[in-house]
Amino acid sequence: MIDAMIYALPFLWDGFLITLAVSGIVVAASLALGLVFGVILAFGPVWIGLPIRVFADTVRAIPLIVLIFTVYYGLPALQVPLSPFWAAVAALAAFKTGHVIEIVRGAITSIHPGQMEAAKSIGLTFLERLVYVVFPQAVRCFLPPWINSVTDSVKGSALVSLVGVVDLMMAIQQVIGRTYQPMPLYILGAMIYIAVNAALSVASRRLEARFAATVAT
Amino acid sequence: MTAGRDAAPVLSVRGLIKRFGTTTVLDGVDLDVARGEVLVVIGASGSGKTTLLRCVNALVPYDAGSITLEGTEIGYTAPNSGVRRGDRALARLRADIGMVFQMFNLFPHLTARQNVALGLRVTRGMPRREAEARAEHWLARVGLADKMDNLPSALSGGQQQRVGIARAVAMEPKLLLLDEITSALDPELVGEVLDVVRGLARDGMTMLMVTHEMGFARDAGHRVVFMDAGRIAEEGPPREVLGHPRSERLRRFLRRIELRTE
Ligand SMILES: Nc1ncnc2c1ncn2[C@@H]1O[C@H](COP(=O)(O)OP(=O)(O)OP(=O)(O)O)[C@@H](O)[C@H]1O
Ligand SMILES: [Mg+2]
Repeated sequence: MIDAMIYALPFLWDGFLITLAVSGIVVAASLALGLVFGVILAFGPVWIGLPIRVFADTVRAIPLIVLIFTVYYGLPALQVPLSPFWAAVAALAAFKTGHVIEIVRGAITSIHPGQMEAAKSIGLTFLERLVYVVFPQAVRCFLPPWINSVTDSVKGSALVSLVGVVDLMMAIQQVIGRTYQPMPLYILGAMIYIAVNAALSVASRRLEARFAATVAT
Repeated sequence: MTAGRDAAPVLSVRGLIKRFGTTTVLDGVDLDVARGEVLVVIGASGSGKTTLLRCVNALVPYDAGSITLEGTEIGYTAPNSGVRRGDRALARLRADIGMVFQMFNLFPHLTARQNVALGLRVTRGMPRREAEARAEHWLARVGLADKMDNLPSALSGGQQQRVGIARAVAMEPKLLLLDEITSALDPELVGEVLDVVRGLARDGMTMLMVTHEMGFARDAGHRVVFMDAGRIAEEGPPREVLGHPRSERLRRFLRRIELRTE
């Protein structure tokens, strides 16, 4: 069992890097897009908020697999050439963006409207109000659900193997195809995912503690 | 009392109309505040006092009329143009109008010093050290020299409200708006806050103040207006308006207030 795991490790390295890359890109892209659209949803007029609302709700209502296959088959059909890797990343990022939008909107609306008024009354512009008053307070509400969603992203990245991207999951299956020993490999895979997410948990707990300390109410 | 102040008013409100849906909350308000004047606004709950202040600080749009600060139209590009000023222009204008809130609205993540210094640094572009020195000066003025590093959560209501006043006046506004700034306070803390406002009045700060503290209105106010259903129903020197109310509605209002303050 242990032998089988040690034998497999070198074959999994490249796949592991792909898994990290997919997760990293998805987390970064969804954070950036989710922040922008979440802020627009929270403060913007209805006509621009409505399509964002529809996007966020739709994307979260579709099973992730369906979303990935839709993008994978759909975009090339629309003459948008996309490698399997980027198709899968785009689908995952869209899905995550839907979540981040919701988390951002929730965190912002948790702040008392009087805060925005006080910030206006000392002459801050919209961006300054966000940076100096809204975000520092909203971050406490934002972090716990967002960190959850980051771990979800790492787990969800395994789905890219379905469109032929050789990530950690796919690499595991390739090794199994040669050794016909599924159990040790799946256990090894589980351990790697657990290790990554455990590292994230530790990092995030530190982050949360720091903000809880500096942003005491 | 208004005699002796220079002619051009700091704030000038003309024909102000504000509706929420189909209800008209401000129904043609005309109002001037002269430089150095303390204008006290009284009126029953729902008569539109807060809404008036929020219009003056361009926090809400309004439907018709004109509001000018030293001659500059505030919320809109021109009177009744219907064209709202942009975010940056509004911010610049608001920087010259201080506002103190009923619920304090201090920034909970910042210390007292940072609360006061934020506008100076960001809006006025002062270097941090200078902004903090100015913040400390004002905090000392409101009697909080020993609380500079406290977060709002570590201050009493009266202390929080004094930080709120320091935050507003540190910007050296042309006009200070105060909306029932003592009504969320325990009775024994009201005095310390009103004393600060008295000091500002003595120094010539121009103020538009909503309050139910009739004693304060009488001895610190230069002029009192009584609002009723979105209009100014009575207006004059405190002694006259409060001592010899002309309308039955004002008489009834004053009786109710007196009952409330034992
Ligand atoms: N955002 C809003 N939407 C709808 N109606 C509003 C809104 N804000 C205020 N109103 C209404 O406008 C009227 C005037 O409210 P305002 O807060 O100005 O009264 P006020 O004189 O300050 O009363 P109080 O003494 O209770 O503070 C009230 O009838 C209130 O219900
Ligand atoms: Mg009010």
